[in-house]
Amino acid sequence: MFKKAILLVAIVFVAIACTSSDDSNDNGNDGFDREALLTNYADNIIIPALENFESKLAAMDIARENFVNDINQTNLDLLSEAWLDAYKAWQFVEMFNIGLAETLSADENDGFVVFFNRYPVTVSDIETGAESGNYDLNSINYYDAQGFPALDFLIHGVADADASSLDKFTTNVHNLGYIDYLNNVQLQMNSKFSLVINDWQVAYRDEFISNTSSSVTGSFNKIVNDYIYYYEKGLRANKIGTPAGNFSAGNTFPEKVEAFYKNDVSRELALLGLEAIQKVFNGQSLVDASTSGVSFASYLDYLESSDLKNDTNAQFEAAKQKIQTLNPSFSQQVINDNTQMTQAYDLLQQAVVLLKVDMVSVFDVQVDFTDSDGD
Amino acid sequence: MKYQIQKYLNLKTSAAPLAVCRIGFGLMMLISIIRFWTYGWIEKLYINPKFHFTYYGFDWIKPIGNYTYILFAICGLAALFVAMGLKYRIAIITFFLSFTYIELMDKTTYLNHYYFISMLSFLMCFLPANAYYSVDNLIRKKQYNQIPRWTIDSIKLLISIVYFCAGLAKINSDWLFKAMPLKIWLPSKYDLPFIGETLMQHWFHVAMSWSGMLYDLMIPFLLLFRKTRIFAFVLVVFFHLFTRVLFPIGMFPYVMIVSALIFFDANIHERILNLFRRLFKRFKPKSEITKIETLTISNRKIILPILILFFSIQFILPWRYLWYPNELFWTEEGYRFSWRVMLIEKTGYAEFKVVDGKTGQFFLVDNSDFLTPFQEKEMSTQPDFILQYANYLEQHFESQGHQNIEIYVDSFVALNGRRSQRYIDPKVDLTKEKETFKPKNWILPFKDEIKGL
Repeated sequence: MFKKAILLVAIVFVAIACTSSDDSNDNGNDGFDREALLTNYADNIIIPALENFESKLAAMDIARENFVNDINQTNLDLLSEAWLDAYKAWQFVEMFNIGLAETLSADENDGFVVFFNRYPVTVSDIETGAESGNYDLNSINYYDAQGFPALDFLIHGVADADASSLDKFTTNVHNLGYIDYLNNVQLQMNSKFSLVINDWQVAYRDEFISNTSSSVTGSFNKIVNDYIYYYEKGLRANKIGTPAGNFSAGNTFPEKVEAFYKNDVSRELALLGLEAIQKVFNGQSLVDASTSGVSFASYLDYLESSDLKNDTNAQFEAAKQKIQTLNPSFSQQVINDNTQMTQAYDLLQQAVVLLKVDMVSVFDVQVDFTDSDGD
Repeated sequence: MKYQIQKYLNLKTSAAPLAVCRIGFGLMMLISIIRFWTYGWIEKLYINPKFHFTYYGFDWIKPIGNYTYILFAICGLAALFVAMGLKYRIAIITFFLSFTYIELMDKTTYLNHYYFISMLSFLMCFLPANAYYSVDNLIRKKQYNQIPRWTIDSIKLLISIVYFCAGLAKINSDWLFKAMPLKIWLPSKYDLPFIGETLMQHWFHVAMSWSGMLYDLMIPFLLLFRKTRIFAFVLVVFFHLFTRVLFPIGMFPYVMIVSALIFFDANIHERILNLFRRLFKRFKPKSEITKIETLTISNRKIILPILILFFSIQFILPWRYLWYPNELFWTEEGYRFSWRVMLIEKTGYAEFKVVDGKTGQFFLVDNSDFLTPFQEKEMSTQPDFILQYANYLEQHFESQGHQNIEIYVDSFVALNGRRSQRYIDPKVDLTKEKETFKPKNWILPFKDEIKGL
């Protein structure tokens, strides 16, 4: 009886296997190669982005040194240019809060981002820091008084009782304190970033690629989560939503835009952030823009969800075109006609649904890291 | 007819199966509680969250701060007492109450198998599970070899209902013809050794779906008939261990395997008890125990109507969804407490907008300010969660001094591999809606059709 039953079950299984396995062979469904996806992301996108940022950071360091050695407006302008170059390169780095970067700060969500791009900057912290010389950039209290936003203020902002941005390094009573603060912010960025890039170059690349586990700690799961987190928070909320008052009862905050003191570059930075999002989605190499490799987009194709891929790309494009029509300074845009800002926000928002609901569902990726039972 | 019922009620059977069931259940529950505790889930699920999703009508049941640990300790201790058969009646009632209280604290953690445990422990409150091989025997110096057969049959009936309803629920077009949601879940386990490759194949998803449905529908009968029983038990073990490998379902597979033992004849249970007897040889009672042949249940007149009512409710609850007009998997109205296991994969997104009704000014809510990621995930796909959360937000922002509050939600849900669709009517002010058992007309209709039960 027992043996017969087993035989019967076996026959049924084999029968089902034989009849329908032909379909799957036609599709060539022999397993998606996640390692290829991770390799493409590591070698053609992440590491080139990190290396590009590293060189821009080094150029900024040189400009800072030149400025500190010979303080004048021309050198400050050169530093400003180097700062903008590095800030632009940063837009391709911010989303990769993975590996060592993730554990670098006390903020478990933002990781290494706190040392580079937490804004709006708290100017009073910088001012009292420059006056007293008493500050600790590793302390959680100074996460919003360092990185690019702090440099933005130091290079372009005007300190209390000063007439120009240069004054704080020359005529201000605490000019030496400001110079120190400038040096320390750069030093902090250099040291934090060298930890991150070294880890990628020495060990983490291989670990990242080989960790094809399907668990929540697998590289694929993490990179999907980081990607969506950056899109939703770093790009959508921080760059557009917050200044446009989406989270604050319609109270707008022109001063909460990225690079507020330089002011006329917030659109450019936002567009670069969106470009990074598009390139990662489609697996476009940062080294050679004409080639693209295995990516979220091709994985969606593989999972027979090409329409989702197309809709997502179309939504990114629509948001990009809208943002291009905005004022180069989002502060000005918020003041002049905030409706345009909220329209851009809405277009970005629609892609959040595509990424966070549809794509996550197709990939079957865990969005949260709660390990509990299901049924 | 009446005579036959009377005759059935007077049938006797060995008390051993119920004793094994009691021991197995108690030990399983003790392990479950310890596991839950050591994983830090008490803190994570019941202490840390600022807000808890309560059950309609049970809003007063909430975690009790750090005393929640004591609640779990009581529950675990009661489980141990149940296993030992020490002060059994008090122990099982304590277990039922404490366990059910824990489950009612936050519906975010609702699982069918927790509900099963609540129901089984409720049933066991009325059964003489300490009649045989229990510490109570030693204390009372009495042991009963035979118990009424219906007591054991009632447990078999409950288990059969669970399987059979779970099987019926699988008869729907998503499960059988689209192989959903297994088609989503299985490929993501591609890294399992040996079978990882197979898990990617479409035929395998379909085969798993059909055999899962057939298994659930047939297993109660295969277990009931002596000839197929061993084969059925092998299937039970295989099926549950296989699902254990594939899905994070904790203790559930073991609980189901152990509870399936109740279907076996007494001689198997005697053999299991002999293992315990050998283990506890030292503690052999010094004084003699009076062995009484049969136990008669004195308050049968009260217990039987309660059990009849209990099982009637068990039969009716899974069908209450028919009363709601919209697609069950979409609205989940009447979804819980119906043995619908593993049927849907939902991903959702819900962003709440708090509007000042007078000025039209609004702001968006950051859900992570109020909910844990787990709560947010559950909230975003279930209407009753969305409503309760909206009502909570209203209270919260009112206490912060906001006025004329209206709350709207921008929400999307993807169900079983379909593209996402708007879920809740974005024009409905949720502060005006209150939880009821009536159909929620602010859930937007499902734009597809799922045929079947």
